[in-house]
Amino acid sequence: MNFKMSTEQENMLHDIGVVDFVTVEMTQYLDTHPMDREAIEYFNHYMRMKNQMMRDYANKYGPLSLSVADNSCKEWKWALQPMPWEGGC
Amino acid sequence: MWNYEKRLQYPVKITQPNAKLAQVIISQFGGPDGELAASMRYLSQRYTMPFHVAGLLTDIGTEELAHMEMISAIVYQLTKDLSMDEIESYGFDKYYVDHTLALWPQSAGGIPFNSCFFQSKGDAITDLTEDMAADGAFP
Repeated sequence: MNFKMSTEQENMLHDIGVVDFVTVEMTQYLDTHPMDREAIEYFNHYMRMKNQMMRDYANKYGPLSLSVADNSCKEWKWALQPMPWEGGC
Repeated sequence: MWNYEKRLQYPVKITQPNAKLAQVIISQFGGPDGELAASMRYLSQRYTMPFHVAGLLTDIGTEELAHMEMISAIVYQLTKDLSMDEIESYGFDKYYVDHTLALWPQSAGGIPFNSCFFQSKGDAITDLTEDMAADGAFP
């Protein structure tokens, strides 16, 4: 099954990837530097940003994670998302 | 436990199939220094690591699973919808006879994924040294 994405959707997904990469790398730094307050601030900033972007994306195109999968519609949107290895995202 | 995000860590969009290339790249999936070995290495070693390092290896091992998914997507897209003629001309027939176009973790030389690809010895310095060798760290 192939899913065609709009440029806007691709851009949103790209930006989520960028911000998420920051949180992944900061998490690994903080694992061994848990008292670094500057790093904690940095992590919090990007994590808040990612959470907002994940909610915005879910509202427009559907959930990328179960934490933003809640919806009042009759269909379960999580199951309707394309598989990421199909080249869409 | 784990949570899944339905996206790749970095997008994979291959337009030109190439099963010859796929046979080399598959080593980064199921070969001795591939992402499957990397994730299993970190996630096995972490239990006997000092506290902070155990947390770090958990998060690194988790990221390696995301890397494995990207490499798998590359192999999948490089071999998608190949005709029998293409499979033969790419030399992909020896893989195809056992696995068709499905993903199966093996090295480029055809050696199946094996936990002997990594070590887990219960000594932090020993295990971290092995991690550096496997993860491509050179002096």
